[in-house]
Amino acid sequence: MILTAPLEFIGRNTLSFLAAIGRVTLFAIETLRQLFLPPFYLREFALSLLQIGWLSLPVVGLTAFFTGGALALQIYSGGARFNAEAVVPSIVAIGMTRELGPVLGGLMVAARVASSIAAEIGTMKVTEQIDALVTLSTNPMRYLTVPRVLAATLAVPVLVAVGDAIGIMGGYFVGINRLDFNAAAYLKNTVDFLEFWDISSGMVKGAVFGFIVALMGCYYGMRSGRGAQGVGRATKSAVVASSVLILASNYVLTEVFFNA
Amino acid sequence: MICLENIHKSFGNNAVLQGINVKVEAGNSLVIIGGSGTGKSVMLKCILGLIPPDQGRILVDGQDAEHAERDAFLARFGMLFQGGALFDSLPVWQNVAFRLLRGALKRSPAEAREIAVEKLRRVGLSADVANKFPGELSGGMQKRVGLARAIAAEPEIIFFDEPTTGLDPIMAGVINDLIREIVVEMGATAMTITHDMSSVRAIADKVAMLHNGVIQWSGPISDIDQSGDPYLDQFIHGRAEGPIEAIR
Repeated sequence: MILTAPLEFIGRNTLSFLAAIGRVTLFAIETLRQLFLPPFYLREFALSLLQIGWLSLPVVGLTAFFTGGALALQIYSGGARFNAEAVVPSIVAIGMTRELGPVLGGLMVAARVASSIAAEIGTMKVTEQIDALVTLSTNPMRYLTVPRVLAATLAVPVLVAVGDAIGIMGGYFVGINRLDFNAAAYLKNTVDFLEFWDISSGMVKGAVFGFIVALMGCYYGMRSGRGAQGVGRATKSAVVASSVLILASNYVLTEVFFNA
Repeated sequence: MICLENIHKSFGNNAVLQGINVKVEAGNSLVIIGGSGTGKSVMLKCILGLIPPDQGRILVDGQDAEHAERDAFLARFGMLFQGGALFDSLPVWQNVAFRLLRGALKRSPAEAREIAVEKLRRVGLSADVANKFPGELSGGMQKRVGLARAIAAEPEIIFFDEPTTGLDPIMAGVINDLIREIVVEMGATAMTITHDMSSVRAIADKVAMLHNGVIQWSGPISDIDQSGDPYLDQFIHGRAEGPIEAIR
């Protein structure tokens, strides 16, 4: 009995983990299927676009600005060890567009949006608003999930692109004011070494992260347990799951894009 | 006519419904009573397809609910939820006209709003309420908005889940009278869940008592006081002693 207990524990948790993956996969497939079925709720889509895209801009912009500045300082001090201070503009640009812009933008959106979606849908579930939608002949997946997932998938790449620009500006600001770079030379180095694929690969990552964030928010909201504790747990799970999935999928995408 | 045949539903080891058989004639008002947690709401949700029954058959005018086309089937129903279940993000008139703003019954926003205001007036609320949000209303007003939403598309069948819970006696009386009037006026078939015996007497044509997962007693409202059923007697008189255990 004592010897089998750890095995039972591992087995139970493995089964529950695999079941969760199965449920999320089915939820994602159903969301994608509903995406192409009418009616289309344009008002809900527009509101989601505003909530997820426009209202996330300040937090993503501030994160990118300070990250770009810190990156410039780090590369400068690290590069000084082998006289490579001049690479600061190009490394800041490549680092922001390929990696830090999409990942930090995705994580910021996960914290802000996945939590808000899970809490909103979870509250709707515990107050029977989801049941009310069904009785009013409205498919909750089509009305609540599809507009949010579509809006996040389209808005996060744009947020990432804006964040990239702000992050590079943060690096430029620090480079000019703290590291005594020449402004024109800094800009020239940034532009000369940056390729279109650096920017577009980050935006593709942004689209995947946006999909993950909204999907996790909706999934955990729809599965929320009863009461305040149930909604709280759903919110926490949505943020944790979307953050982990963003970091994991970032690795996979980086392998696919840059290591083939 | 709504007909439930041998409906079973369990949640894990908890067998909530253990063979429910109920018939509600068209245009009749059936009130379902029973202790908390006896599965009254589960029963209504099974009819609407919100919860699939484990066993049994639900027929609405002879049509099997399981195989019916969902949108057309649900278009026949209106439901007042216990807590109102109003959509917080929408103003009152859009809540009431929700069905009229989308789907098969879609009208122009102006027409939908006009109908919503008329339904609000029908439940005793002024047009000023139309632009407010549910969070700005009292519990009684939210119930009435929920009632307006339930009748907005003039459904053939209306379900009321504890329509007077949490209301003061006067407001409860107002809601009871409204439900009775609406059911009579619209000729709708109604199923109501309540613990409130004044509601039962005001709303019901027939009463069914749910206990231990089955219909313990059913009959016309006029027979409720002479039923001879100890379970029903204990329930309607609110006695702690009797066959129904106080601690469940």
